[in-house]
Amino acid sequence: MRSPIIPRIPYSEVTPKHLYLNRREIMAGLGAAALSGVAGTSADATPLKAAKGPFGTNEIVTPKKDATTYNNFYEFGTDKSAPSANSGKFKPLPWTLRVDGLVHKPRDFDVGELISKTPLEERIYRMRCVEAWSMVIPWIGFPLATLLKQVEPLGSAKYVAFTSVYRPDEMPGQRGLFQVLEWPYVEGLRLDEAMHPLTILAVGLYGETLPNANGAPIRLVVPWKYGFKGIKSITRISFVEKQPPTTWNLMAPNEYGFYANVNPEVDHPRWSQATERRIGEDGFFSSGRRKTLPFNGYGEQVASLYAGMDLRKFY
Amino acid sequence: MHGRVQSPGKKVASRPNRWNRLPVWPIYVAGFIPAVWSFHLGATGGLGADPVKEFEHLLGLWTLRFLILTLLITPIRDITGASLLKYRRALGLLAFYYGAMHFSACMILDQALNMTMIIKDIVKRPFITIGMAALILMVPLAVTSNNLSIRKLGPKWNRLHRLIYVIAAGGALHFIMSVKAWPAEPVIYAGIIVTLIAWRGIRKPFLRWKRGPRSRVAAVSR
Repeated sequence: MRSPIIPRIPYSEVTPKHLYLNRREIMAGLGAAALSGVAGTSADATPLKAAKGPFGTNEIVTPKKDATTYNNFYEFGTDKSAPSANSGKFKPLPWTLRVDGLVHKPRDFDVGELISKTPLEERIYRMRCVEAWSMVIPWIGFPLATLLKQVEPLGSAKYVAFTSVYRPDEMPGQRGLFQVLEWPYVEGLRLDEAMHPLTILAVGLYGETLPNANGAPIRLVVPWKYGFKGIKSITRISFVEKQPPTTWNLMAPNEYGFYANVNPEVDHPRWSQATERRIGEDGFFSSGRRKTLPFNGYGEQVASLYAGMDLRKFY
Repeated sequence: MHGRVQSPGKKVASRPNRWNRLPVWPIYVAGFIPAVWSFHLGATGGLGADPVKEFEHLLGLWTLRFLILTLLITPIRDITGASLLKYRRALGLLAFYYGAMHFSACMILDQALNMTMIIKDIVKRPFITIGMAALILMVPLAVTSNNLSIRKLGPKWNRLHRLIYVIAAGGALHFIMSVKAWPAEPVIYAGIIVTLIAWRGIRKPFLRWKRGPRSRVAAVSR
C-alpha cells in the first residue's frame, strides 16, 4: 500500500533505463522479445532508445503503475483494470500494419522492424479522457507523418481512417453475446490533423515497449483530442476521400463527435468537461480538480487547424 | 423495542418464525463495514489510480445493494414463507445513509464544495438530477421509518413508502446514465431492480396459485 505522505519522485528525475543499458543489451532484448512473440506485457517489456522530443511539459509525470493499470481498452473489458488484467494472452508481435487507400505506394509494414529502424522520440504529453480525468504520459514513438509520407498520398485523400484489431480469442471483451461496441474499433483524422507534428504513432511508454494494455504494439496519440481518438493496436491505416466512421460516434453520435477536440466549453451531454482530475497526483483528500484547457493546452499548435469552424457543432 | 413491526392494514401469513430470532443491530454494524473499509482504503492509497471516483462509486453501489435487499424482503416471504420484515427498516435506512454518503463524497471529496459547480451539475445533468431526486425522495421515508409514524399514518404509510419503487428505479437509471455505452454491471443492477418492482405486479396471482386450486376457485367465485 502506498503511503500518501511520501512525495512521489517525478519521472523526469528518474534515470531512464536507456541511459544505463547499453545498445547491445537493448538489441539483444528486442531480438529475444521478437523471438518469444509475447513481448508487450509489463513483465517482459523491452527497453527502447529514444531521443527527447519536442512539445514537452514540466508537469509531473503520472506514475507508471497508474498509466499502465488504469485505462480504457474495451476489447479487454469495460473496467479500468480490465486491460492490464485481461491482456496476458494478447500477442503483439509479429504484427503487420497495412497502409493503403488513396496512395501511390500502398505498403505492409512489419511493426517489429519499424520499432527497431525508425528513430524514436520521447514525447511527454497530457492525456485527457472524455470521462474528465487526465494523465501525463511519456510516450515513445514517431510522428505519424513520417510513416504517411512513405506511401505518397494522392491529392484526392482528405482523411485518414484507422482500424484496430479483432481477435476474440485473445481479447475477452470481444467475446460473448452482449457486445458493448462494434468491432474492430475504428477511428479517423482529417489529413491535416494526421500530418500535424503533434500527432504520433506510439510504440512505447516510460522507456519501454507498449504493454498490451496500452495498445501494443503500435497506437495513435493525438494529445489535443479526447483519449478515445487514440486508437490502439492498429492494423490498418487508409487514406480516404470522405470522413470515415468512428466507433464512439457510431455508438452515440450526440455524445462523441468526429473531432473530439478537448474543449472545456462544450460539455458532454451527461457531464461537464470544464474540469478534470489528474490521476496519481490529486489525492483522496486534496481534490485538485483542475481546469481543463482548450485543445488540452495545445491550442498554440493546433487552434489554427479549426479557424472559422463552429466547435460546438463540430465537437 | 417492540417485537414485530408489520405494515398496518396487511395480514401477513407467515410461518412461526425461526428467521426472526436474530436481533436487528448486527445489520447496522455489518452494513457500515463497507463504508468504513472503503474510506480506510481511500485514505491509505488502496483504491487505485482514481481513489475519489472509486470511493464515490463504491458508496453508490452499496446504496443500490441495500435498496435491492430492501425490495427482496417481500418476494422472499411470498416464495419461501420466511418473513424477514423485522430487518427491512434497517436495510432501507442503510440505503438512505449510503445515498447520503455517496452525495457527500461527490460534494466534498470530488467537487471540494464548489457550490456553483455542484448546483450547475444537479440542474444541468439529467443523471445527476435523477440521482439527487432519488436521494431527496428517500428523506420522507427515512423520517417516517419509526414505529410512531407507522401507527400515526396508518394506510397512508404504505402508500408513502411505495416511493421506494420510484427511488430504486431512479437509482438504477442514475447508474446507467453515468457510464459510457452499456457495460454489464449497471445493466445487471437495473435488471434486478426492474424484476423486483415487476414482482409487485404479479405477486397476487402468484400467491393465489401457490395456495392451490381450492383458493383459486374461491377467488374466482367471489
